[in-house]
Amino acid sequence: MSALIFFVSWICLAAGGLFCVTGALGLVRMPDFYTRMHAASVTETLGAGLILLGLLLQAGLTLIAVKLLMIGLLIFFTSPTATHALAKAAYARGLKPLLATDGSSSSKP
Amino acid sequence: MFAAVAAALLVALALALTRSFLGPTVFDRAQAANTVGTIALLLLAVIGFLTDRPEFLDLALVYGLLNVIGTIAVLKYFQYGNLGDSGDVDDGVQR
Repeated sequence: MSALIFFVSWICLAAGGLFCVTGALGLVRMPDFYTRMHAASVTETLGAGLILLGLLLQAGLTLIAVKLLMIGLLIFFTSPTATHALAKAAYARGLKPLLATDGSSSSKP
Repeated sequence: MFAAVAAALLVALALALTRSFLGPTVFDRAQAANTVGTIALLLLAVIGFLTDRPEFLDLALVYGLLNVIGTIAVLKYFQYGNLGDSGDVDDGVQR
């Protein structure tokens, strides 16, 4: 049983690290601000969630697990708030989203 | 294996820093700073496990709290021009 928990926790940690790198890569590669924000949210939801879940499984039922849950709860509430404030501030300052114009195929699959 | 996760987080941190240097608008930089904060929080938690010192989790909690307050303060400053504003400005955006 403990070997299974160990295995699952390493899977979660590896996937979380992968998602963090993916999100950060999207932050560099995406074409405009709003799409970059979308890429960055991958880091804050799946990346952080999976890494914290992996550490939680490693910790077992201790005070460390409670602290990890607190960090998870903090990220769960604050990262959407920060993203919302960011999008609202950028839009209020007149930053327009990059949209596909007629004749260009940049946003088509 | 914790070291591998820490290395992946460091790569992500470097990419986010790249965006904060490149970023054409201030909002790109604010987004990159927020991402750097989140990744640093995760890195602190992983380093706590890597070196077997769970006190690092407390640092991670405080870092997360400071990160969100800092992000929202910077955004309020760049949206309204000062930090004491009530937010009632007429800039044509429906709230």
